[in-house]
Amino acid sequence: MSATTAAPVWTKMRPKQGALSRLFDWKPFLAFVCLLPAVGLLMTFLTYPLGLGIWLAFTDTTIGREGIWVGLENFIWLMDDPIFWSAVFFSVFYTGVATIGKFALGLWLALLLNQHVPFKSMLRAIILLPWIVPTVLSAIAFWWIYDPQFSIISYLFVDVLGWRDQNIDFINTAWPARWSLIAANIWRGIPFVAITLLAGLQTIPPSLYEAALLDGASGWQRFRYITFPMLLPILAIVMTFSIIFTFTDFQLVYAITRGGPVNSTHLLATLAFQRGIQGGQLGEGAAIAVSMIPFLVFATLFSYYGLARRKWQQGEGND
Amino acid sequence: MATVSVRQALKSFGTTRILHGVDVEIADGEFVVLVGPSGCGKSTLLRMIAGLENISGGEIAIDGRVVNNVPPKDRDIAMVFQNYALYPHMTVRQNMAFSMKLAKAPADIMEAEVQRAAKILGLDALLDRYPRQLSGGQRQRVAMGRAIVRHPQVFLFDEPLSNLDAKLRVQMRSEIRELQQRLGTTTIYVTHDQIEAMTMADQIVVMNGGRIEQSGAPLALYDKPANLFVAGFIGSPAMNLLPGTVTDRGFRIPSGTLLPLPPHAPANAATYGIRPEHMSLSEDGVEGTIVLVEPTGSETQVTLRFGETVLTGAFRERVQGRPGDKLRVLPDLDLVHLFGPDGARLPS
Repeated sequence: MSATTAAPVWTKMRPKQGALSRLFDWKPFLAFVCLLPAVGLLMTFLTYPLGLGIWLAFTDTTIGREGIWVGLENFIWLMDDPIFWSAVFFSVFYTGVATIGKFALGLWLALLLNQHVPFKSMLRAIILLPWIVPTVLSAIAFWWIYDPQFSIISYLFVDVLGWRDQNIDFINTAWPARWSLIAANIWRGIPFVAITLLAGLQTIPPSLYEAALLDGASGWQRFRYITFPMLLPILAIVMTFSIIFTFTDFQLVYAITRGGPVNSTHLLATLAFQRGIQGGQLGEGAAIAVSMIPFLVFATLFSYYGLARRKWQQGEGND
Repeated sequence: MATVSVRQALKSFGTTRILHGVDVEIADGEFVVLVGPSGCGKSTLLRMIAGLENISGGEIAIDGRVVNNVPPKDRDIAMVFQNYALYPHMTVRQNMAFSMKLAKAPADIMEAEVQRAAKILGLDALLDRYPRQLSGGQRQRVAMGRAIVRHPQVFLFDEPLSNLDAKLRVQMRSEIRELQQRLGTTTIYVTHDQIEAMTMADQIVVMNGGRIEQSGAPLALYDKPANLFVAGFIGSPAMNLLPGTVTDRGFRIPSGTLLPLPPHAPANAATYGIRPEHMSLSEDGVEGTIVLVEPTGSETQVTLRFGETVLTGAFRERVQGRPGDKLRVLPDLDLVHLFGPDGARLPS
């Protein structure tokens, strides 16, 4: 039965590669090809607009007229502009106060959600709501909440509770408007902080808390000596992101106050938009936008050093 | 130093009962090992003594004081966790000093205590390292150092060696035992490894399914296991437990083979127990078929088959046999254990 048919010829030799195949086996070329899509996208949508913005900041371009190089003139002009300085002040103030608020409340919420509470997963989903609603929608909601005539808060205090006899002025005077915007920003920012910190909290092994319990640590001491230091690395990342997002915020302010009343609530981003697009002074608007860069570089450096792996996280080598 | 009494301790999680009324009496300075398979409730019992789990019923007393409602920090105990639970962001020194720092101890006393513990454990050179920079054995020692500095009345160990490799485990085993003898502190040690239990304990408590199967000195458990569970659990390689019936010519196992019985063997014996090391090679023995020969150097373990029944023997002699060969083995009649139909040991 064993009619021996010729076995297929098989040699160990690999077939000779074609030129194209050899080219793709050449590491530098392969790396270049693989990077191309990402680099292309970054160049088109990040580097080019950024470069164009910086270039415009040094010209006197307006809409419809190509400008000429004017050097630092736009910046010198801004130095003497009280509205620019008011926007710088409010950007810093807005970022500072909102960040503190978001982190205080977000951390508190994360700690609460890390406990055994009933309906935990439902609560977590509810907490994410402010974050998944489009900003403009929530801004419009806040616009109504802050409305001089139809505000639900005013309604509550005046008509329901009777604690006040006139409506609250939320956004028609400088300081109340600033605080109102900060409150809206905090409301919107809490979920991001709470959920990311909650993720961080859940990486802390429960046995550390048990060890601390046996070591005699009170609730506050467990937070102070275990939770906080172990949360610090993730806290630094989240805070850096939060600072960058808040400092460059545009939507909330633009939708609720448009920088008013009397320019008192302009952030650098809204002022740049107003001057550059609505006012047509592209050069000046670009200069305002460019002046945000030092603040953002500072925030990034903060993250770089804040994120630098601490000694206790590193593996080996003590000396 | 203190006694520990566990009386009728109950533990339930929801409707699931984990511990069904457990009694343990631990004398001052004694080293007690709770041993049993996974899920037998030994760790739960330890955590109840530590105060990390509440007590659903019964009572636990440390040094005569009922501690059911005493918070962990006031029970005067120290615990070493399975994963060591070292604070990763603190150096070895800070880890060991943490409890004293919380108690606001003066700095010089803190340093003196840390130095003392470090000297005992050989950690002097590592005090400024972080846990990440230590090997498994060193971390284990730091965890013990953290317990020592507190001068507790009771040490609790929750499977402290299970994350170490085999060689280090043997070394740490003797270190822990030696340390305990030097300090004389009452110690409760949880493990699922019966060798750890046998080598370390003054008293072993064998647990299974939330109940205590037997407690006593290691060799007492080895020599006179109270039931089938303890017989199979204590000793390595494990005792052969062969089902069958008593006849006047011997103990008949399913293959029809007759195993020799000691004189006056109880007639109701349903299981025949013989430890592998209590068998010898003998022409007078029963004949089985070799399945496996495993030489370890000092002895040779041979697995034999009698029909469907498998029997393991451990012999000092070097057995020259191959799978399929026949071999005659003889149980030592003085060391045969017989168990009744309910699994309990029968007096012989």
